[in-house]
Amino acid sequence: MTGIVRRDAGAVRLDGMPIAPRSAEESARAGIATVYQEVGLLPNLTVAQNLFLGREPTRFGLVRGRAMRQRASERLAEFGLSIEVGAPLGSFPVAVQHLVAIARAVDLSARVLILDEPTASLDTHEVTVLFGVMRRLAERGIGIVFVTHFLEQVYAITDRITVLRNGRLVTERETAQFPRLDLVRTMLGRDLAEEEARAETGPRVRRTAGPPVLRAEKLGKAGYLQPVDLSVAGGEVVGLAGLLGSGRTETARLLFGAERPDQGRILLDGKPVRIAGPRDALKHRLGYCPEERKTDGIVADLTVRENIVLALQARQGPFRPLGQAAQDRIARNFIAKLDIRPPDPERPIGLLSGGNQQKALLARWLATEPRLLILDEPTRGIDVGAHAEIIRLIRSLCEAGLALLVISSELEEIVTYSDRVIVMRDRAQVAELADGAIDVTAILRAIAAEAPRTASACQPEPA
Amino acid sequence: MRALRAGAPQLLAFLAVLLADRLVAPQFLAVHWQDGRLFGSLVDVFNRGAPVALLSLGMVLVVATGGIDLSVGAVMAIAGAVAASLADSQPLPLVLAAALATGLVCGLWNGLLVAVLRIQPIVATLILMVAGRGIAQLITEGRIITFASADLAFLGGGALLGVPMPVVLVFGMLLVTLALVRGTALGLMIEATGGNARASALAGIDTRAVTLAVYAWSGFCAALAGVVAAADILGADANNAGLWLELDAILAVVVAGSSLLGGRFSLWLAVLGAVLIQAMNTGILLSGLPPELNLVVKAVVVLAVLLLQSPRLAGLSLLLRSPR
Repeated sequence: MTGIVRRDAGAVRLDGMPIAPRSAEESARAGIATVYQEVGLLPNLTVAQNLFLGREPTRFGLVRGRAMRQRASERLAEFGLSIEVGAPLGSFPVAVQHLVAIARAVDLSARVLILDEPTASLDTHEVTVLFGVMRRLAERGIGIVFVTHFLEQVYAITDRITVLRNGRLVTERETAQFPRLDLVRTMLGRDLAEEEARAETGPRVRRTAGPPVLRAEKLGKAGYLQPVDLSVAGGEVVGLAGLLGSGRTETARLLFGAERPDQGRILLDGKPVRIAGPRDALKHRLGYCPEERKTDGIVADLTVRENIVLALQARQGPFRPLGQAAQDRIARNFIAKLDIRPPDPERPIGLLSGGNQQKALLARWLATEPRLLILDEPTRGIDVGAHAEIIRLIRSLCEAGLALLVISSELEEIVTYSDRVIVMRDRAQVAELADGAIDVTAILRAIAAEAPRTASACQPEPA
Repeated sequence: MRALRAGAPQLLAFLAVLLADRLVAPQFLAVHWQDGRLFGSLVDVFNRGAPVALLSLGMVLVVATGGIDLSVGAVMAIAGAVAASLADSQPLPLVLAAALATGLVCGLWNGLLVAVLRIQPIVATLILMVAGRGIAQLITEGRIITFASADLAFLGGGALLGVPMPVVLVFGMLLVTLALVRGTALGLMIEATGGNARASALAGIDTRAVTLAVYAWSGFCAALAGVVAAADILGADANNAGLWLELDAILAVVVAGSSLLGGRFSLWLAVLGAVLIQAMNTGILLSGLPPELNLVVKAVVVLAVLLLQSPRLAGLSLLLRSPR
């Protein structure tokens, strides 16, 4: 729509006139304004300068600073924002920066406003303010496209819902006639009746789990994750289910110390511990295979052997090096055990396929003999064969007494290996399913369930 | 063996430069024994190349973490000034300790800016590059300090078993550095940090400490280079000691095949790179060509080495060879 990616099929009509913008600038001139998740403004300039960038009021070629500031204040007042417009934009919270970006976009052209995940980094109050502004804009006759993965917010603000999945249009319906369960189902692309039929076939035998290895109590961080309670015992697989962006990875990062929580505590074997960073987590024998293999997992230039021993070596510290022979033995052991191909420990890991990279990362953590392993989307982007192998591996690890916390978007997968499932939605824990209650339908229902009114982030303001 | 194969382009380039030097100066490869030490143009190449070789031992580690250290030339000047001002009044061990400790502190300062305050390496080390010369001038009080200490002078002009001291020091530092990074797991951690800092931190590597350590080592190596340079001329010139040598050190590291984006590194290739650069300098001086040409020739040889290493070009040559 914005012309940043040139379309090669279809047509865009604005007020019935076909348009074909070739750049963001052209589409802005035509009247399509876009505000992205990452605010595209200049944090070092003042609010007023940002608002009028490229069209400053001038007299004799000089910028009229005072007039500009005054106009900026007026514009922002329309958005219910009274801030010092002479201050640098970067000194304000993200929510304010978003509102300024929207004000600028609306001011520039504003027939259609596209908001790409505007609420992703806002807290609940800020979302309320933003929605107030969106409603006022809609009343002024501006059409708003609101891109989001927050279900509550979709129902709080939208009139019509378009569902896209894997680059395809799935459906478009009036919000009022689109029940939550239907929406979740179309988002995940499953038929519920079919799921219910299938669920009959796979009851699980629950193993008796011992005392929890890890417990998190009210672990959370403002603007990142609402407080979460969870526990994982040895020999137990706990699944974390939810839509993309529902707070699953955030939970994992808080547990592993990759992100500092600002509330709650973590207990290992019943004793509270301080995990201030991945190094602390490693010392307490936790492991974490991140979702983004390429950016957070592998070191592409290094060999498979070096990647496998990395965490173990990090725990031992630099001055107790694993000898070449020991490294080679560890690497070959895991290459054989996990069937990593090609079975060459000296090959740079970047040259391996996704599935084999994933196995090598698993090996990296297994080499540290962890007590709890967190796997974030362990089967994402790998081929079917490797997929099945990794699931088999999860089972055998669990039988060996390891505590596992597994994040996955593949609900069937979660159902097959989990002893308990924690369901996340909109960066909060919404349900915990155990024993016989675990099936795809139950997870879907939990994701789609109406949030209790009090906890809702985005109820309409009283008019 | 693998190390030799990986260094093939550099070795070939070095031999080619030596051959070219031999062509312009027939006496070039002649090495003779005189006054209990080796003499000759070839020996001179290693001797003169010592300061840059010392710098490159630190620089190669900094570059491996994805950083750069522009301050090494200035640190040379500071350490040289410290050594020269103490040389005639203090015993050699104390002089050395003071100069090297100064370099270590300079390196830690850089590391602090980069690792803890997260300032871009090029900017962070630019600060000391500029300020360092001023500090050196403060130490020398704006004069060129000369000294008469034979102990210190030995480090620049003496010889051990016939080998000039600077060359001995380079070899010793190469071994020490090898022991420090390859004898421990530091080398792996440096390469991991440079290859993917996010992933390394998530794997539990203390990337901050690793970064701090490489800058500290770079400062230490630069200080030793400064001491050698001062010992060589029996004095400290705050304005000119180590001037522009940071660029030669970076060049040496690049010639050694390190990516400025970080990752893999080779210590001995970095030293070879430094010697290669000096072999070109010496060759041009001997040939009687105008020294201005030096810089152009240097650029051409560096380009040639880089082209030999370019994966693109390797692909291209394969393409040309394959039958159509």
